[in-house]
Amino acid sequence: MPLNLQANFHDPERRRLRDYSAGDDFYELLIESHRDLDEARSAKLNARLILLLANHIGDLSVLREAVERAREEV
Amino acid sequence: MSESRRGSSPQANPRPRFPYRRPPEIDAAVPARHPVVVVGAGPVGLAAAIDCRLKGLPVVLLDEDDTVSIGSRGLCYAKRSLEILDRLGCGDPVCAKGVNWNVGRTFFHDREVYRFDLVPEPDHKRPGMANLQQYYIEEYEIGRALAVGVDLRWKNRVVALAPQTDHVRVDIETPDGRYSIDADWLIVADGARSPLRHLLGLDVEGKVFRDRFLIADVVMAADFPAERWFWFDPPFHPGQSVLLHRQADNVWRIDFQLGWDADPEAEKQPERVVPRIQAMLGKGREFEIDWVSVYTFQCRRMTTFRHGRMLFAGDAAHQVSPFGARGANSGFQDVDNLAWKLQLVLAGLAPERLLDSYSEERVAAADENILNSTRSTDFITPKSGISRVFRDAVLELAGRYDFARRLVNSGRLSLPTIYADSSLNTRDADPFAGAMVPGAPAADAPLQGGAWLIDALGGRFQLLLFVDDPGEIPRPVVDALAVLARLPIPVETLVLARRAGAAIANARVLVDVKGVAAERYDGRGGTVYLIRPDQHVAARWRRFDLASIRAALGRATGHDAEV
Repeated sequence: MPLNLQANFHDPERRRLRDYSAGDDFYELLIESHRDLDEARSAKLNARLILLLANHIGDLSVLREAVERAREEV
Repeated sequence: MSESRRGSSPQANPRPRFPYRRPPEIDAAVPARHPVVVVGAGPVGLAAAIDCRLKGLPVVLLDEDDTVSIGSRGLCYAKRSLEILDRLGCGDPVCAKGVNWNVGRTFFHDREVYRFDLVPEPDHKRPGMANLQQYYIEEYEIGRALAVGVDLRWKNRVVALAPQTDHVRVDIETPDGRYSIDADWLIVADGARSPLRHLLGLDVEGKVFRDRFLIADVVMAADFPAERWFWFDPPFHPGQSVLLHRQADNVWRIDFQLGWDADPEAEKQPERVVPRIQAMLGKGREFEIDWVSVYTFQCRRMTTFRHGRMLFAGDAAHQVSPFGARGANSGFQDVDNLAWKLQLVLAGLAPERLLDSYSEERVAAADENILNSTRSTDFITPKSGISRVFRDAVLELAGRYDFARRLVNSGRLSLPTIYADSSLNTRDADPFAGAMVPGAPAADAPLQGGAWLIDALGGRFQLLLFVDDPGEIPRPVVDALAVLARLPIPVETLVLARRAGAAIANARVLVDVKGVAAERYDGRGGTVYLIRPDQHVAARWRRFDLASIRAALGRATGHDAEV
């Protein structure tokens, strides 16, 4: 399965009336998760989050593609 | 917002002055009683006064000043506001003078990363947005208010309020001295600073954002398209954001983010403002500055919008950041929600608690607006190093990937709130597809002969009855329509037919010539919608049943049982 680059945030528990709501909910969750953390602890949180999500995805072809695309222009 | 100066450019609107008249009650021994008094002749107070007048209520509108707004201020009027203004009789001049637009572009550095279209589908009467300076909107509304008989009193400043069980005593100061009137109901629409809210000591809770923005109305000849342009970190204003909007009369609105540390007084001076604009437009372009202000903003609301006989609307009740155009637009929706309820209560046709549903529904709307405008603000002004890293990563990825474009948040533009959880709704008993859920504002659709469904809706309860051919409506249903038309709260039936046919007693037949209405309402033959006077869906069914309709009408008007 290729890496999904289309908008994919959704919330099975809630009916969304706006197409941006689930994505904006995620973004707020992400930013809030870093609240009151200094730079070192923010980096640590990011590392943990990536590891958790990477394991959830599991498929190495997807992860390789994500790593490649993330590295472009960095 | 603090004004600084107003240009003398020929393009600038010469602010009209409206005549003060000695109030008739000023010599009265006993204060006169008025069913509806509105305070504040801004866009929202004027709309409230017009709407109440159109519903047959006598209205006194008090304003401490005698003119329209300084500067463009509330600029972007969303499709829903235009529909409300249509219902109030002001939509045509606003759309004729305003700059209609649907497309927004977002840039990061010097590249476009995201583009949106507010009305991606055809077949709507009104565009996604019309930009028009607030002073024009107010002028058109004032004309309309006077035409429909609003008792508009300039230079009448409310100085004291004494709420009673069944009215509010209002003390007013005028150039001729003080007088008092008693209002059965007082609509408070006196703006974000709301002197009346302060007089009453009522709280408004929320947060202030630590950022400052420079707003400039610039007169120039430019051929930029009528679109909303938003820049993150552009080369001409590094590290900050900039927003450009086209207004009427070759006036352009430019918002520069300045940061919290900026000096608001210094930033308003021409020697600061002019170079910023030149950096943006290029040295060669000639322009004149019509109005400049430096503002901060808050996202907050009152706990409840009804306090006894006082009903708060617009910025007096709730404030948002400007990103998303949710200020004046939500104020119009407040009025839309309020006027019909007030009319039914004043006529004795609905219990007072129907007005609690005004607060219930519009508080939910304010929360939606505050949530979205807060999120936009947090995206535009990252509050920490890491949030800036994520923000910039989204903007970089947005150049390439769809998912990231959807996360770019320079303002989620005002859409009417769907009162999905309102106590006035009747829950669906039958399955339906599409967006017209109970609580949703009715979608527009084109009808035969260039007419629009939205123009046929509003001002009273209405039943939409979808059929292929008007002739197929069974006799008992036709008879029941007569019952609905004669209820104490009458329900008018609109038959939405796929083809023209015989006239139906007690109904208007509208021909859904393109089938767009049937599609938007999932309106297969026999489907019935009950629509509120503010054009929101109250209930819907797959087949006609008089008892169900009467029960839903009762619920939608705050009754315990059918009416």
